[in-house]
Amino acid sequence: MNEKLLQLLIDSFWKILIAGIRVTIPLAMLSFLFALVIAVLVAVIQYANIKVLRPFIRFYIWIIRGTPLLVQLYVVFYGLPSIGIVLPAFPSAVFCLAVNEGAYMAESMRAALEAVPKGQLEAGYCVGMSYWQIMRRIILPQAFRTAFPSLSNSFISMIKSTSMASTITVTEMLRQTQIINGRVYQSFALYMEVGLVYLIFCTVLTWLQSYGEKKLSAYGGTR
Amino acid sequence: MIDVQNVTKSFGSFGALRGVSLHVDKGDVVAILGPSGSGKTTLLRCINYLEIADSGTMTFDGESFDMHSISKKDISRLRRKTAFVFQNYNLFLNKTVLQNVTEGLIIARKVPKEAAEKKAIAALEKVGMADRLDSFPSQLSGGQQQRVAIARALAADPEIIYFDEPTSALDPELIGEVLSVMRDLAKEGMTMLVVTHEMNFARNVSNKVIFMENGQVIESADSKTFFENPKEERTKLFIQTIQSGRE
Repeated sequence: MNEKLLQLLIDSFWKILIAGIRVTIPLAMLSFLFALVIAVLVAVIQYANIKVLRPFIRFYIWIIRGTPLLVQLYVVFYGLPSIGIVLPAFPSAVFCLAVNEGAYMAESMRAALEAVPKGQLEAGYCVGMSYWQIMRRIILPQAFRTAFPSLSNSFISMIKSTSMASTITVTEMLRQTQIINGRVYQSFALYMEVGLVYLIFCTVLTWLQSYGEKKLSAYGGTR
Repeated sequence: MIDVQNVTKSFGSFGALRGVSLHVDKGDVVAILGPSGSGKTTLLRCINYLEIADSGTMTFDGESFDMHSISKKDISRLRRKTAFVFQNYNLFLNKTVLQNVTEGLIIARKVPKEAAEKKAIAALEKVGMADRLDSFPSQLSGGQQQRVAIARALAADPEIIYFDEPTSALDPELIGEVLSVMRDLAKEGMTMLVVTHEMNFARNVSNKVIFMENGQVIESADSKTFFENPKEERTKLFIQTIQSGRE
């Protein structure tokens, strides 16, 4: 019996890991990439004080922060088809994760932008650069460095949030585990196991994060 | 070269500048002196449009501008003829020494990279920083950073360089290296407008001195006359205080 369980855990470990590599990681990476684009846009609009767009930004952040990710997934995947918008499961998940995490990351980016000393902008003006040239080449790069730890945290949290995509039929790690469990009924062992795989992923990312932080500070502190 | 008339600027109800005029000719080194809060820095920032004055007119190379309603286009055109050295250096923190100097040339002035680097290295040699091309600002002392900032100003071949208290943030032992760079520039005939607390610089390097208090010019004279034969009582008192503070 114990040997059988062990064999089951070994077999399922690879299946779960493969689902992780094939689905969870790409889902997290794609979503993170889009979230980053959203976050930078939203943060820059707020920082640059583009007045016409600010109400939209506030509305977006209000909606996203005030509703659960799970509900957002349901609305997009199960709800939108009834008004004629049909998105496959994976793109629905990418959309929701990106839009959701983007709202939170925008706040980190905005704080990081505001932490860039005001003199950087003035110095840029004085060498003849335009606002957007200074933004792109001086302010944003510095803000990224400041925001790096919190953006890394967002990515790690994104890895875990992908598990919610299991509820809209994306066969990522958790759903893969559920499928295996449906055949063998070893809930405790299998869910512990998938938890362990998430833990491995997040641990590796944490290492990468502290490596990245060291690398950035070796390259010259910002202050 | 530059003539500024009746500049006013208020922050809320505080009148930082209350009708200030000044005149700078090509080759002049003008020191602006005065106690803290007298409006010196605000004046310099209005002249380079880092602050927009409430009113005033500027004539630059024979072209006149209303300092309050000047267009963005004219501001950036004027800025290309000028350079600004800040109290806190304000080097680009994410750029190396070399990149700090080339950035404006390449990005704003569209100078080809190689030509820009050549120019930058020449400017950095002038301030004695050509051996630190790949350092980041955070790896330099305040005096070194300020010298790089001066090289950044020089590289653009400005018609005038504005200095906003360039040595005020420096440790005393680092002030000398920056002042000596500025002295060399003055000798070469660079036009400079310098807000400073360095009396020796004002007396020995600059040829004109403007003394400000409470947002107004109290006295304006060539530097010899200013220090040896001041007209206004307030100026005499100021010079006395400074000198007794020295001893």
